[in-house]
Amino acid sequence: MADNTNSTSEKQQFYRKKHKEEMKHHVLTFVMMIAFTLIAFGLVMADVSAMFTIPIILIMAAVQVAFQLYYFMHLNQEGHEMPALMIYSGIFAAFLTILALTTIVWW
Amino acid sequence: MADDMLKSENLPQNPERATLEGRNKFMGFWFFLGGETVLFASLFGTYLALKNSNAQGPSAEEIFGLELVFIMTIVLLTSSLTSVYAMYHMKNNDFKKMQLWIGITVLLGLIFLGFEIYEFYHYVHGYEFGYTTSAFSSAFYTLVGFHGAHVAFGLGWFLSLMIRNSKRGINLYNAPKFYIASLYWHFIDVVWVFIFTVVYLMGKVG
Repeated sequence: MADNTNSTSEKQQFYRKKHKEEMKHHVLTFVMMIAFTLIAFGLVMADVSAMFTIPIILIMAAVQVAFQLYYFMHLNQEGHEMPALMIYSGIFAAFLTILALTTIVWW
Repeated sequence: MADDMLKSENLPQNPERATLEGRNKFMGFWFFLGGETVLFASLFGTYLALKNSNAQGPSAEEIFGLELVFIMTIVLLTSSLTSVYAMYHMKNNDFKKMQLWIGITVLLGLIFLGFEIYEFYHYVHGYEFGYTTSAFSSAFYTLVGFHGAHVAFGLGWFLSLMIRNSKRGINLYNAPKFYIASLYWHFIDVVWVFIFTVVYLMGKVG
């Protein structure tokens, strides 16, 4: 392998291309996140009714976070089963925590 | 294995998972992020429970200014992208460009922190909204301040990696370290997405 410099550079070129492709996805992800942020701020500044605005901005936050996790933090790549398990367990416990702390003041 | 993997030009595709030590740290770091999620959830839950208990002090609607929060959000989101660029150059084994993009990330992080310090200063001196003013103010400063402390820690992490490895170049020893630090930076951004939505936007909507 080491003596065959030709195949090494071919391999490198292949990976460079692959990285470039990934980078394009990342930039697209970034554009979508900025768009979601703009929509969320726009909705609040436009004084749309709270019953409509709050669920929408919460869903957009969740989608943005999914973009971050799956593209920027590479959860979409193979070999990420355990990290996904870890973070989803965290999210599950987080959900229960927020549910408990918010419902406790409603009664 | 003819290729010497320790040399930077033969860096494996996923250096963070190429060795047993790397895999363990990679897994451990995600476990840590799971724990951080719960930690921030308890602060978010506390904030949500107390956000209307302003004890005649200023309310969320009175003090929050969306312009500043919008700029801070864009700055932090952009810094997330610049750290992705840094990892892109790391994978292409371009050490100088990686250092440059991490430097830009650190700069954006500093701008973010500066805005946050200005914001807190403004609340304390312009609105008499101190840490002990009300249950709302305590919950707010704890949640947002804790995130700010994470940003400060992330900046220190990036800077120490940059300085420590400035003459080393990329190798199988330090590439996973840069990768993990960038994961941490993205996580900070994840938390901020919820802060600007739950604290500032929902605070303005009422």
